[in-house]
Amino acid sequence: MQEMMKKRAMELLADGTVTRVIGWRRGEFSYDISPAVFEDAAQIERDFVWDAFCGANVSKYLIRESAKGRVLAFLKPCDAFSMNQLLAEHRVKRENVYLIGIPCAGKADIDRIKARGIDGVTGIEEDGEAFVVHTIYGDERVGRADVLAERCLVCKSKRHPVYDELLGEEGEDLPDDARFAGVEKLEAMTAEERFAFWRGELSKCIRCNACRNVCPACTCENCVFDNPDSGISQKAAADPFEENMYHIIRAFHVAGRCTDCGECSRVCPEHIPLHLLNRKFIKDIDELYGTYRAGEDDETKNPLTSFTEGDAEPAVVRKRGRA
Amino acid sequence: MLFLKSADLERFLAAASETRTVYVPVDVEPKKSAYRKWTPGTAVSKGLKTTRSAKDFFFPQTEDLVGFRIENKKIQILDPRGEEEDFAVFGVRACDARSFGILDKVFLSEPVDTYYENRRAHGLILTMTCRRPAETCFCTAFGIDPASPGGDVAFTETADGWYVEAVTERGRDFLAPLGDLFEDRDGSGAEAAKEETRAIMKRLPLADLQTDAFGGGKTKEFFDRPEWASLSEACIGCGTCTFVCPTCQCYDIRDYDTGHGVKRFRCWDSCMYSDFTKMAGGNPRLTQKERFRQRFMHKLVYFPENNGGEFGCVGCGRCLASCPIHMNIVKVMKTLSEGQDES
Amino acid sequence: MNPETLIPHPVVVEDVRIDTPDVKTFRILTREGDKPFDHLPGQCAMISVPGVGEGMFSITSSPTNRAYMEFSIKKCGHLTSWLHALEPGMEVTVRGPYGRPFPVEEDLLGRDLLFIAGGIGLAPLRSVINYVRDNRERYGDVEIIYGARSKDDLVDYREILEEWQTTPGVRVHLTIDREQVGWDGHVGFVPNYVKELNPDLKKTVLVCGPPIMIKFTVQGLTELGFAPEQIWTTMELRMKCGVGKCGRCNIGAKYVCKDGPVFRYDELGELPDEY
Repeated sequence: MQEMMKKRAMELLADGTVTRVIGWRRGEFSYDISPAVFEDAAQIERDFVWDAFCGANVSKYLIRESAKGRVLAFLKPCDAFSMNQLLAEHRVKRENVYLIGIPCAGKADIDRIKARGIDGVTGIEEDGEAFVVHTIYGDERVGRADVLAERCLVCKSKRHPVYDELLGEEGEDLPDDARFAGVEKLEAMTAEERFAFWRGELSKCIRCNACRNVCPACTCENCVFDNPDSGISQKAAADPFEENMYHIIRAFHVAGRCTDCGECSRVCPEHIPLHLLNRKFIKDIDELYGTYRAGEDDETKNPLTSFTEGDAEPAVVRKRGRA
Repeated sequence: MLFLKSADLERFLAAASETRTVYVPVDVEPKKSAYRKWTPGTAVSKGLKTTRSAKDFFFPQTEDLVGFRIENKKIQILDPRGEEEDFAVFGVRACDARSFGILDKVFLSEPVDTYYENRRAHGLILTMTCRRPAETCFCTAFGIDPASPGGDVAFTETADGWYVEAVTERGRDFLAPLGDLFEDRDGSGAEAAKEETRAIMKRLPLADLQTDAFGGGKTKEFFDRPEWASLSEACIGCGTCTFVCPTCQCYDIRDYDTGHGVKRFRCWDSCMYSDFTKMAGGNPRLTQKERFRQRFMHKLVYFPENNGGEFGCVGCGRCLASCPIHMNIVKVMKTLSEGQDES
Repeated sequence: MNPETLIPHPVVVEDVRIDTPDVKTFRILTREGDKPFDHLPGQCAMISVPGVGEGMFSITSSPTNRAYMEFSIKKCGHLTSWLHALEPGMEVTVRGPYGRPFPVEEDLLGRDLLFIAGGIGLAPLRSVINYVRDNRERYGDVEIIYGARSKDDLVDYREILEEWQTTPGVRVHLTIDREQVGWDGHVGFVPNYVKELNPDLKKTVLVCGPPIMIKFTVQGLTELGFAPEQIWTTMELRMKCGVGKCGRCNIGAKYVCKDGPVFRYDELGELPDEY
């Protein structure tokens, strides 16, 4: 697949369809891959990489890149959902992006590999359903399923809701049951237990803003938390209340627009399961307003910003909120 | 030489806790550790390093500086600080131990930052050698020896326990009353363990990282390098690298209305943030490229220029592990020194 | 003063003078009625309104003024809007003095001096001008070129007319950007006026104002034959701590709050271009 992608990228650069290509660049230890913009065939030949560690969602970069001119982006299915949502919100210039959908078998999480006590990594190879991790302390073999990112273990879809062309075979939506198991566990808790759970998690926050800055749904030009005139601008939480509010406000702001790409949890240096907040909203929206999937297309209105006579009564929402 | 058997660690920590609060690295997830207050039964992490650095003990993420109460238009100034208690930090690696010296150069230079000074004066540093360094480690590039970690008391780890040496007078005073916890062993085991650590460092992927290209007086040489554009293009402008960094010390000062007064606190800030240099009249660093450049120029050129050639990095590798897009000082150093011959 | 540099002191706003439509000058004293602390011309202090914030401002009164301290502040943001709402008798906090002053007892001593200011840029220079006037015998000829958008935007207009222009050996040239009813003085931008006046190349120059005005003025001075080593100016970057630690005003290896705000122009040339 990597070679097919490189070939297509070079062709589209050569025939002038695009002037730049957004993809992933290899790093120092085979897992530390950075999103990157490539401008010529030589750069692509040398640095372009597509493997199990290309987890970063590149769709948000297209806001900036599409403003500069024609750009090619390779999208995994979950990136394509983010992309479509950005198109629906008119954040990306559609005429300036050429989108190639690529299949994804799930991305590995280096922290899960390291959690197994593996360190001193010098290289990682894929070997069927396993990874062979070369380290200075010897080689280790780990099962693929054991080190996939959480979001990939509960993947929502192998299908690309938007693309100009596809490489490889198009996949299908996957059953959603496992995806909400974590939310159901939280719903089953008492309010006190749930509060204790979230306090435990959110008190780890160092307010690095990585979750916000990486989030394809967080595209405000001036975030309320950075705007001194908003009344809630903060650099660090002055107390636990503010600590909670940052994440809760963020979850509210992206509700109905979050495609559950999982980038927030991927980038959190403290491993706070932020996706659970977003998934709670997705689950509630599905239950209250009927199944809705942000990023499915660029026309359907977000149920939270459109009113219909059949909408759930606020009282019902309140009652469920208390449960 | 003093030797503490693995089985006696609990006894040692209990004894140390009698005179001060002792913080130890604890696994909060498999292989992910954080410093926690030691209480009987607390299991000390065997991991290499904590996700957050040990700077938090001296330069916490938020800290009250001053309180104000306003009555009848008169401003009353309140110093929020109480008596600082003695504490010890156990298991500090060589990289973090060196970082304190770097922070000292900032906070203990005139005018002295008394908030930091108080904590330093009350904090005892118990360091530990690294037995299993990670691929992200590159402390040796900055002249740090992970087998001689410094601090007040240094622990050299072996299979069955630790050789324990006082490094400072304060360390000697701390160890003096704890004599019966230790065995007396000859030091050859310690030397062997140290050599083992040094040998591993030479086999790490970043063992050859060079710092020669950088240093004070090189602003003109590096500031306008074209590589900054591609190095910074994927940067999402978060503060992860800054906040996990043991030497980053920029801070913001903010006021907070508590409802019955105003507290002025300082909190970590990041030069990577878009509003770091924003003024009423504009912003001299308009894009992420300038902000990104500032962080690395500061560590590799500006800081050494002001501090006798010492770099503002200790090679702990936390930013390598935590950056959401895996851009880091190693990639910056390699890219800028590679391109040097061409320019 | 308290050795705790980050802990400020309450002071009383004794007088508020409206200088221009957007500049007010605040006179402050300790509760005991004294000047809060001593300083040197060009140095700054942190003023704060608790709950609103803290900001760095030039001390505009001269060190030779033993009675009180003054700050001329332009309304341009959140904190300065609060400051402009202050009334005499209210309290603010102050800490300082901070930064490197103009070298009044070194490089400037015995020299012919040319002050060039634009708008609120007069604030840091006023301290030097009055210091020099009060030590008249230790300095040479003094020439002041000062411009603003309009006559109403000239800060300290009364003091300029009544005190500066009447001091022996001091000449003042005023200019405003556009023609205005009731103004029979010079009209035109400061950089052009400087070139028209063609000052003596022996003079040491102190220039303050908006960055763009400083840039073109220095360009003009260079064309006339002035060397960067003869020109002193001040720089403004965002500051928080005032003591070179918070990192905010770091540019190159310098911290504007500690190594500045006063710089000799050739020193600025050594800094990276991001101010």
